[in-house]
Amino acid sequence: MEKGEIFGVIGYSGAGKSTLIRCVNLLETPTSGTVEINGTDVTRLPEHELLAIRRKIGMIFQGFHLLKTATVYDNIAIPLRLMDVGQQEIDKRVGKYLSIVGLEDKHDAYPSQLSGGQKQRVAIARALAQEPELLLSDEATSALDPETTESILELLLTINQELGITILLITHEMNVIQKICDRVAVMEKGEVIEQGRTVDIFTNARHSTTKRFVNGTYHRELPPSLLRELRETGPVVRLSFVGESTGKPVLAAVSRKFDVSPNILAGGIIQLKQEKIGSLVVHLQGEGEETKKAIAFLEEQGVNVEEMERGHV
Amino acid sequence: MSDLQEFVQERLPIIGESVVQTFQMVSVSLLFSVLIGLPMGVLLILTRPGNAWENRFVYQLLNVVINVIRSIPFIILLFFILPFTKLVVGTTIGVKGAIVPLIVHSAPSIARLMESALLEVDSGVVEAYKSMGIRTRDIIWHVLLREARPSIVLGLTIAVISLVGATAMAGLVGAGGLGDLAYRFGHLRYEVDVMYVTVFILILLVQGLQTIGNRMAAKYKKD
Repeated sequence: MEKGEIFGVIGYSGAGKSTLIRCVNLLETPTSGTVEINGTDVTRLPEHELLAIRRKIGMIFQGFHLLKTATVYDNIAIPLRLMDVGQQEIDKRVGKYLSIVGLEDKHDAYPSQLSGGQKQRVAIARALAQEPELLLSDEATSALDPETTESILELLLTINQELGITILLITHEMNVIQKICDRVAVMEKGEVIEQGRTVDIFTNARHSTTKRFVNGTYHRELPPSLLRELRETGPVVRLSFVGESTGKPVLAAVSRKFDVSPNILAGGIIQLKQEKIGSLVVHLQGEGEETKKAIAFLEEQGVNVEEMERGHV
Repeated sequence: MSDLQEFVQERLPIIGESVVQTFQMVSVSLLFSVLIGLPMGVLLILTRPGNAWENRFVYQLLNVVINVIRSIPFIILLFFILPFTKLVVGTTIGVKGAIVPLIVHSAPSIARLMESALLEVDSGVVEAYKSMGIRTRDIIWHVLLREARPSIVLGLTIAVISLVGATAMAGLVGAGGLGDLAYRFGHLRYEVDVMYVTVFILILLVQGLQTIGNRMAAKYKKD
């Protein structure tokens, strides 16, 4: 991981991503291998140095994990007190971070009086109040509804950009990766099967699990019978446009240059953290030779082309 | 009217004395039982497989000790540990002689009650504090015991009330107390009015303790 980025790890449950993130702050000890933070191997640290390292790493969880018997203020202040932060500094930090998460007016509320999203905000404020360099997020949005998830993701993005905190998050939801991650690793059965920049993973997924995650975000499936029928008169392809190629009228050019009539079946635009990706599913009606030339032409133009063979690719 | 006056004049002093004895026995043995039982409960949690001070040997040993003591009915325990009582307080009779067996009887129960109270605490919160680099002893105090307070109070209420019950048998070693009074005067001497009064006082006492316990637990509970 690099400093300042948001790195996402995605995988189905049981893929080992939770274990991975818990190894970073040694909530779990790896049976082999090392964990390096700023160049030091943390698996071999004596107890007091481990505590010091953990204090530089904030962590938020799916289940929030707040003290039920303490107010919002105390939930943030108690850990600071236990880290020997002075009372004045504690008050300053609680005020500062509660306002960053937008809960200035909830100092004296108890967690039971808050909604799920608000509880996660308190948990985020608690993690930020220890002024960490790295924030770990263990499925932090998985227990929240879509709208709340959106607002929490926005908050994480703000934290990353304005406070410069590096974020490592794990999730099983591709839209979390899509919205805020610079880079992503896909895990399956305890192994990282693919990793790279988010935009590359979205346009150029190689592994079938990765493709399933990516396709899930387009909400697009063709009925197998329709696909079979269409393929008799020409290939069905998925075109992804990133950056420059988004602006070019390539399909119009295809129909002019070749004896092929493109028929758009579905399409959409996905907003990643940095860039937009356009995606179209197109039926290229025409003779074999002509369609092959058309596909080669599209690739020349910087469009990512992938032939669809089953109901969904 | 004169009957009542007579009863009050004759029996009030001894009833009053019994109330004091019961309070002495309950309060002193509760204090020591908590001092022994609470750390035992905490230790049971921490040495449990997968927890901070995981230690199979200590965990199993504690379990066996607690189960063995809890298998012995108090009335038998009272006589069974007479030599131990003598060793600790120098006597086996009176309030002093009753307090040692009361503690031995009550501490393991309190350990179990504390264990179950602490088990209710969301292990995720403990993990969150661990991830923040908080020392284990601080987690015990500021997370485990703090979050378990409502259940701890209710557990202690159960423990106090069963102690009140156990003190009735302490009369067998001459410790006195309300239960003993009801037995000696009400049963052996056929003075049923003394029995009624003491039973009534016991009912008030238990009701009062439970009410206080419930209120305190409710005050600590915030969800």
